[in-house]
Amino acid sequence: MNLRPWAGPKRSASGFRGGARASIPLCIAVGAFGVSFGVLARANGFGVLAPIVMSLTTFTGASQFATVSVLSDGGGLGAAVLAAIPPASRYLPIGLSVAPVFAGSRLSRFFQAQMVIDESWAVANRGDGSFDLATLLGAGIALYVSWVAGTAIGVFGGDFLGDPNALGLDAAFPALFFVLLLSQLKTRQGVAAALAGGAIALALVPFTKAGVPIIAASLACFAGWWRR
Amino acid sequence: MVAPVSDPWIAVLAVGAGAMALKAAGPVVAGGRALPPRALQLVAALAPALLAAFVVTGTFASGRSVVLDERALGLAAAAACVWVRAPLLAAVVAAAVVTALARAI
Repeated sequence: MNLRPWAGPKRSASGFRGGARASIPLCIAVGAFGVSFGVLARANGFGVLAPIVMSLTTFTGASQFATVSVLSDGGGLGAAVLAAIPPASRYLPIGLSVAPVFAGSRLSRFFQAQMVIDESWAVANRGDGSFDLATLLGAGIALYVSWVAGTAIGVFGGDFLGDPNALGLDAAFPALFFVLLLSQLKTRQGVAAALAGGAIALALVPFTKAGVPIIAASLACFAGWWRR
Repeated sequence: MVAPVSDPWIAVLAVGAGAMALKAAGPVVAGGRALPPRALQLVAALAPALLAAFVVTGTFASGRSVVLDERALGLAAAAACVWVRAPLLAAVVAAAVVTALARAI
């Protein structure tokens, strides 16, 4: 038996496999929350197929939870659909930021863009305003498979897994973003944008719907931009 | 009366179409072209702004309340991992484990 520790060719999260590998701990957390989404949707009259179709198409956890919660609380169809918009609105600025790396036809760009979510975008960020497409797709596809598979397990009775929060899985996401944030603080502009974005988000939490603090914080990228 | 079968399906299809359109808007409209330098400055600043917002809301938001709970200990554990130059994966796992342990106590 070979007891030598495995030494990979490189440890950085670049390239398709690197992106997928970097997202492994998150895949566990995303899969677990996919299960809880499937359980919630099934319990609220969404049946078996609709929650899976929602995870296949929407692939934005916060929006999906918002829609199912509003509809099951009797908020009505219109309110349920509108509730999905604030958490998904961040994909407008996020999509614009990664747009340059997408090549190929409009149709291929459309489908590749579906793999953009907070986590894949964050790990694919090179830190200078540019992104690595292979890393983004590797992480995105790994997280997509986890999310959809988790949802399917949830609708088919996966509630035996219990609350993902009891396993601390909700804390995995801010930890990832925190580590990736540190590499963004090398310039004065980066520090200013981080401070402004964090302050805006925290200030709005008590007063707005989920997702609004995030889209408002994206405006912090304008901090000091005029004077540059 | 709310139709129990069709409302979820309408919501699923409407939200799905909307989310797909939002994600694709940037890459379809502005894809494959280099951004002008002024726009690149904005993109470079978008990452720290959004990442900070993700950290803050993911750690301190609970619904519409700002709270200090076990997740803050998880974040501190992640920071400690960075301090000792542990890999990203260790920081993420440590945050989850510390948060879970703190909740179990």
